[in-house]
Amino acid sequence: MFYREAGQFKSTYAKDQAIFPIKQDKLGVLAIFLFALLVVPFFASTYWLNSILVPFLVFAMAAIGLNILTGYCGQVSLGTGGFMACGAFFTFKLTTAFPEINIVLIILMAGFGTALVGIAFGLPSLRIKGFYLAIATLAAQFFLIWMFTQNPWWTNYNPAGVITAPPRALFGDFYITGALATPLNKYLFLLCFVAVMALVAKNLVRSAVGRAWMAVRDMDIAAEIIGIRPMFAKLSAFAISSFYIGIAGALWAFMYTASVEALAFEVTRSFQVLFMIIIGGLGSILGSFLGAAFIVLLPILLSNAPALLGIRMSTDMIAHLEFMIFGALIILFLILEPHGLARLWQLAKEKLRRWPFPY
Amino acid sequence: MISRAFLVITAGAAVLSSSLWSIPSEAQEAQFFPGLQYRSGPYAPNGIPFANGYADYLEMLNARDGGINGVRIHYEECDTAYNNDRGVECYERLKRAGPSEPASWSPLSTGITYALIERVAADKAPLLTMGYGRADASDGRVFKWVFTAPITYWAGADAIIQYIQEQEGGSLAGKKIALVHHDSAYGREPISTMQRLAGEEGFELSLFPVTHPGLEQTATWRQIGRQLRPDWVVMWGWGVMNSTAVQEAAAVNFPMDRFIGVWWSGAEQDVLPAGTRAAGYKSLGFHAPGADFAAHQDILRYVYDAGKGWGDRSGVGQVLYNRGLLNAVLAVEAVRTAQARYGNRALTGEEVRWGMENLEITNERWAEMGLPGFAREIKLTCEDHEGGGQAFVQQWDGQSWNIISDWIQPRNEALRPAYEASALQYATENRIEIRDCAAEE
Amino acid sequence: MNTRMLTGWGFGVPGTIILIGLIFQLVTQVDSTFYFAWGYYFEILIAGLLQGVMYSLVALGFVLIFKASGVFNFAQGSMVLFAALTMVGLMEWGLHWALAFAATGAVMVLLAISIERVVLRPLVNQPHIILFMATIGIFYLLDGIGQTMWGSELKSLDIGIPRNSVEILENVFEGGILINRYDLVVAAIGAVMVAVLAVFFHKTRIGRALRAVADDHQAALSVGIPLKSIWVVVWTVAGLVALVAGIAWGGKLGVQFTLALIALKALPVLILGGLTSIPGAIVGGLIIGAGEQVSEIFLGHFIGSAIQSWFAYVLAMVFLLIRPEGLFGEKIIERV
Repeated sequence: MFYREAGQFKSTYAKDQAIFPIKQDKLGVLAIFLFALLVVPFFASTYWLNSILVPFLVFAMAAIGLNILTGYCGQVSLGTGGFMACGAFFTFKLTTAFPEINIVLIILMAGFGTALVGIAFGLPSLRIKGFYLAIATLAAQFFLIWMFTQNPWWTNYNPAGVITAPPRALFGDFYITGALATPLNKYLFLLCFVAVMALVAKNLVRSAVGRAWMAVRDMDIAAEIIGIRPMFAKLSAFAISSFYIGIAGALWAFMYTASVEALAFEVTRSFQVLFMIIIGGLGSILGSFLGAAFIVLLPILLSNAPALLGIRMSTDMIAHLEFMIFGALIILFLILEPHGLARLWQLAKEKLRRWPFPY
Repeated sequence: MISRAFLVITAGAAVLSSSLWSIPSEAQEAQFFPGLQYRSGPYAPNGIPFANGYADYLEMLNARDGGINGVRIHYEECDTAYNNDRGVECYERLKRAGPSEPASWSPLSTGITYALIERVAADKAPLLTMGYGRADASDGRVFKWVFTAPITYWAGADAIIQYIQEQEGGSLAGKKIALVHHDSAYGREPISTMQRLAGEEGFELSLFPVTHPGLEQTATWRQIGRQLRPDWVVMWGWGVMNSTAVQEAAAVNFPMDRFIGVWWSGAEQDVLPAGTRAAGYKSLGFHAPGADFAAHQDILRYVYDAGKGWGDRSGVGQVLYNRGLLNAVLAVEAVRTAQARYGNRALTGEEVRWGMENLEITNERWAEMGLPGFAREIKLTCEDHEGGGQAFVQQWDGQSWNIISDWIQPRNEALRPAYEASALQYATENRIEIRDCAAEE
Repeated sequence: MNTRMLTGWGFGVPGTIILIGLIFQLVTQVDSTFYFAWGYYFEILIAGLLQGVMYSLVALGFVLIFKASGVFNFAQGSMVLFAALTMVGLMEWGLHWALAFAATGAVMVLLAISIERVVLRPLVNQPHIILFMATIGIFYLLDGIGQTMWGSELKSLDIGIPRNSVEILENVFEGGILINRYDLVVAAIGAVMVAVLAVFFHKTRIGRALRAVADDHQAALSVGIPLKSIWVVVWTVAGLVALVAGIAWGGKLGVQFTLALIALKALPVLILGGLTSIPGAIVGGLIIGAGEQVSEIFLGHFIGSAIQSWFAYVLAMVFLLIRPEGLFGEKIIERV
């Protein structure tokens, strides 16, 4: 009844190609954003802000990045953790060297740096494909982590090899990193930042570059024949994906844990982000958010569940059960809906259009 | 149909998550002890006995004395899996989960310690990192909320070198010492001290980093055992890295009695897989192994006989079990000290912090607790959050760990300035005001 | 394998080994801090090769499943852990190790059947990445089940393989060459297993059916090969390989959670040898094992230690740039 496109005529190509072609979608996204911006801060406890919403937003950013590469361009990568580490360490080096530059600019610069690294490690993709490429990207993962652990220069010669986020303000007294930053500040900043970046990504994937990526994903030889340069498409996907992932790494180090060693970005982190985009939906920005929410929330939910249900259970039992249920749910989801949560939303949309008079 | 099943799952998840907004709490006057432990994950074999020792001691106090001076202990665990972000999540979850404010935190992970240092300062709760974490946190003027009692890694490195020096007959000039260390924040802590001592004592130091989790040491030990042939090997390892190292050392016929681990590399779990070949291996320690103490007997009687033990009966008295127990003792004694000032009730984190800073455990007190000679006397002050810093060397004879040296006093006249310099740098970087200890009461 | 190829390998491999040794020896002339001795070099090479066989044991399981079903089985590592845990658990009940081995084998068969029924059958015809993801689900599930059943404490597994080291060729090289007997025994077991698998794949009926399935699912189905039972067979064999790998690794390191992570060491072996080749898994393992140890010790001198965490991957990647389908993998032919 409420969700129908009838009457929304698109009289120009621009309108037809809009990011949100349906008015209800546009309003819905806006409403969710405003809700998150204006209402959530009044209700969320620090536990929710610190341990659920902040990592969710950071992971959503990383998932968008990987989705560009894997979901849109079809290049499976297991180097996400390494690229996140790049973002984190570049940001640390830059902001300690130039404390006067605004932290947002620094993070973006670190993103560009990571993009360059991404291009370098994306070069093998021109020759290697599929699982072979996935394993080859592990070279990036292990090499980068090794580089950051072995060279004390990256941590400003910290004896333990740990970087700690120095206090930095977005403007005036609005601190977003370091000891002075409140969880609310971090959350509000992340929310706006991630929203903008997601919009940029959404815009990008419908552009000429984005269409080239999808053509390469569907069949790279065919794409080459119709005049798409696979080299440009693949490397640009690696660059932009790494840009997003690098920023996510910086946000992880500076806003979530506030202090990291390179080990925080080891290979399990790469897998974690890969789970997000597969469960959320390959080739969907919305899916990146849904997948991040699923992977961040599920373990927390599972480990909280016994206490909430009033069951006394030993800690190791909870941890093992968490493993089992997590694994079982992944299999269950894949069997029920292999195309991820985003596809589920698609189906729900189809139903909504006809509601309440299905035929 | 399929999507309906999904909607049900999603809706269920939504309901569950909404109930997370309000975490139920017990309305009891009990002191809350949070436990950031790991009973799962790659380091579980080492985390489990520690967690058991910690929990059993608290359980025993509840059963025997009805808590601390009549205030019952409410203990709750969260499994961090030795994972930094899980640790942060656990911290955030547990900090409001108990009936009172948390007494103190002990994450048993240097990485998690780094992540918590700023958080505990903001939340006003003491962080007790017993033999791990930041060594420079011994300077209480900068790290008001962090305690490193009874010993830091830097002091440990110094103690090991002193022991080696004594074994070598006083001089280390021209000797070769290899440091095999876990390639993480934890394993790198002793390097700066070892390098300084190498310069002072004139020995040659070689570093061998081992990548997490530590399964690949074949090359490392070929290099040590066949090429470098150092006079001594020192190890800073944890988890599977320890047992792998002991086996690889045996495989290249390195003499075990010239192989010394830090206190985290000296438990039963580390030597058992190598079988008899591990006999002779040494490690540092700062508390006695074994279950021949009255406190242990009380644990067996009040906890295990009542069927409430956290682990297996045979685990009581293992090295890491005793370490967990020692951690619990320090946390409890801090509460006791604070109770003497603030009254016998559930205390806030800030009050427990005062208790910890004024903690003093004399030999008489150790005996009173049923732990005579279990560990060294400890006295903490506003400046000194380490207090004591002594260690001994223990040796594995194939069956059990035996103490083979006297207490070694680290040379604090050199270590103390290093703590202070490092802490000062931290203070300037993070704009922390340095406390004036003389001005505080 | 024809004679030309054999002679190529026969001369190429020792040639390369000696060439690398000579280069290192030259380096000692330039850099006096660099240590090199032929005995030492060969000792490390042998240690590396033996280590490589251990990697191959894990890699084999991957190859078997990938070959027959196109599934990249991420859960192979946790199957290794699960098998080792089950075996140790049974031995703790007082079973003789041979009995425990047989019982664990039976458990692995059951596991294979249930994986086929519950996971693979509903996911037939899905894209590879979805199947890959499903095996990650199995990874978590198995880890959880194994630890719930048998606990997370460290357990030692001893089936009586000698563990001491012996010195050989003492008169040829100064100090001789030190070899661990445990590694030698395991390498022998690995060699026997590969031989058995090779016979199984090439000579038996099921083996031929397996190869047919690997070539083309639909063509195999149309000539009457039962796909489902073939998959059960493959997963069973992979399960048994995991059991052997679990015993080899568990005996060396003790049985505990970390065993599941050694799968990561098998991945470069896989891409180097090719995802579909059994001899590739062996040769890849040998190259990676030896290359890793030699580089850690000799190259590590120049670029920093602990390089073996990534060196295997970079080595494999360089190989891939030359041969994108791996050393022995089937040539990828793409059509629009």
